[in-house]
Amino acid sequence: MWNRISKHHLFWPLMVLAALLLFNLIYKPAFFSIRIQGGHLYGSLIDILNYGAPLILVAIGMTLVIATGGIDLSVGSIVAISGAVACLLVSKSADQNSLGIVLTAVAVSLGLAIVCGLWNGVLVAGVGMQAIIATLILMVAGRGIAQLVTSGQIITVSSNPYEYIGAGWLALLPFSIFIVAAVWLAAAWLTRRTALGLFIESVGSNATASRLAGIRSRSVIFAVYIFCGLCAGMAGLILSSNVSSADGNNAGLWYELDAILAVVIGGTSLNGGRFYLSGTVVGALIIQTLTTTIYMIGVPPEITLVVKAFVVFAVCLVQSEKFRNVLTSKWRKRRYQAEREVTHHV
Amino acid sequence: MKRFTKIGAAAGIVAVMLFTAACGGGTNNGGGNSPVDAPANNASSGEAPADGKVVLGFSQVGAESGWRTANSDSIKESAKAAGFELKFSDAQQKQENQIKALRSFIQQKVDVIAFSPVVESGWDTVLQEAKDAGIPVILTDRAVDSKDTSLYKTFIGSDFVEEGRRAGKWLVEQFKDAAEPVKIVELQGTTGSAPAIDRKSGFEEIIKENPNLQIVASQTGDFTRAKGKEVMQSFLQAHPDIDVLYAHNDDMGLGAIQAIEAAGLVPGKDIIIITVDAVKDGMTAAAEGKINFIVECNPLLGPQLMQAVNDVLAGKEIESRIVTEEGTFTSEEAKAVLADRKY
Repeated sequence: MWNRISKHHLFWPLMVLAALLLFNLIYKPAFFSIRIQGGHLYGSLIDILNYGAPLILVAIGMTLVIATGGIDLSVGSIVAISGAVACLLVSKSADQNSLGIVLTAVAVSLGLAIVCGLWNGVLVAGVGMQAIIATLILMVAGRGIAQLVTSGQIITVSSNPYEYIGAGWLALLPFSIFIVAAVWLAAAWLTRRTALGLFIESVGSNATASRLAGIRSRSVIFAVYIFCGLCAGMAGLILSSNVSSADGNNAGLWYELDAILAVVIGGTSLNGGRFYLSGTVVGALIIQTLTTTIYMIGVPPEITLVVKAFVVFAVCLVQSEKFRNVLTSKWRKRRYQAEREVTHHV
Repeated sequence: MKRFTKIGAAAGIVAVMLFTAACGGGTNNGGGNSPVDAPANNASSGEAPADGKVVLGFSQVGAESGWRTANSDSIKESAKAAGFELKFSDAQQKQENQIKALRSFIQQKVDVIAFSPVVESGWDTVLQEAKDAGIPVILTDRAVDSKDTSLYKTFIGSDFVEEGRRAGKWLVEQFKDAAEPVKIVELQGTTGSAPAIDRKSGFEEIIKENPNLQIVASQTGDFTRAKGKEVMQSFLQAHPDIDVLYAHNDDMGLGAIQAIEAAGLVPGKDIIIITVDAVKDGMTAAAEGKINFIVECNPLLGPQLMQAVNDVLAGKEIESRIVTEEGTFTSEEAKAVLADRKY
């Protein structure tokens, strides 16, 4: 039984998350206090969900891209573009509180995010460029586009419907969580209840072989980049709506790296061919919990990054089966080579 | 072969990241949302002045924030008021553009060159050329790291340490009768940037006087609203009884105000808020009473620059460091001046 639990792909990510929470429980019990404030729940755990939401969204898209053996470095820039375009449209309108205008702004920026994803898809699947280079183009150019849209300034909006996306509340919980839940359910259903997940994994394992087996590799790759762009676009809306402003310079800066980290912590291989959406969610929550923990316990900003790096290093070591075996082999005697090989693949 | 392409790609990414990091971090003066004027055309070449007008060549960093736009406007307006002929050049954040502009100023034999250096280093050659041509140089807003200080006449700009001190002084004055500890949280600027380091040290230097004033938490908010809000939210959880917030720029303060409101507290009343910069959005919040005290980081250094130009041309000795005249605003003062603010 224990063996089965500890072999589950979510076991180690969840253990790490539990360890982080346990640390907070001992060091800062206020971390767990949740109260009703202004008609909704209020507390650090809620903050983690709220601020983790955009990262989870981006990471879900990234998971599928990585599953095809690709990578998308442009998500941070797409985050900046979609936030900038939405805020620009809302701020230029006569009545910022009009629901119609906000919906139009949301639709336009999500449309643009899809176009960005399409661009990546064309370069990777159409032109056949290496994903890391193809998406690097939009990563650099995209931030320029965002700054062009905002004219390098911070655009402030005061629109209640727009603010609701990232700072609104539904049934005591942040509205952004429901967006994330919907996207996650859609992605999980599409990939696990239809053959799409299998297609993605097979393309990630071997695109040529998949094509010969009758899978349209190109279409699959197109689809995942578009989905990833859409996810990043939604994340950009949440981020900019949370502070009611768009900052082309800083919105989503380094988001691609956090997203890739979340995917890797979740157990998805960067080589492609296998992915875990639920693991990604846990990975993103680990990153956000770590960030919040660092703020709560008051780590000096000069060494924050070192602390983060240390924790990430530890997480990756714990995730590595080889490393765990080296550690535990001292206690486990009388194991034969053949036996280990058999248990290895359970 | 494949490995090499991978290494090449990695190196390329690192290079691009360094590049974008350098570009992204430049917003240390925050930004308002006042519309940008169209950037001035590059070094508009005019005829040599026949009427004996003083010709001033000015090379600006770019138009990256509301602060910078206000800075450019101030210089253009005060040059006009002083009766100078201004040759204004926008470097669009690139040093090579700026060096080109300086060389063209030298060729056109302007009377004085002034510029805000995009970066600190790499100016010795072109400054030497100006010196050889006998054209005095004045730095504004940002300094250069040249060892030879004879290459420029003076440096006009803000004193970030003094800004921190002013924030501290107001706070000390407010809480001079406090009998019990006053809990302060601080939102720092980008770690390692000059304004963040100086505004922190100036503030700490002053509040040391009163042992009741305690900084209970200090964390970077990267000069951005989003980070300011997120960090403040954590501060509020970790320290339930915060009395004062000191933010190194308006934007972080504005983010923190949202976090304070979300916690059911009243910004400006339950938590006293002090920020630095005084950009439009910050001043608006101050006028609404959400920010109690703003220390100005003044972009309007045009009049001082023109004064320095006059002094240099008159052959007067001028100080090698001129600090911009900067004000401070309480809520009431902000309300009074808000309508007339240029940025």
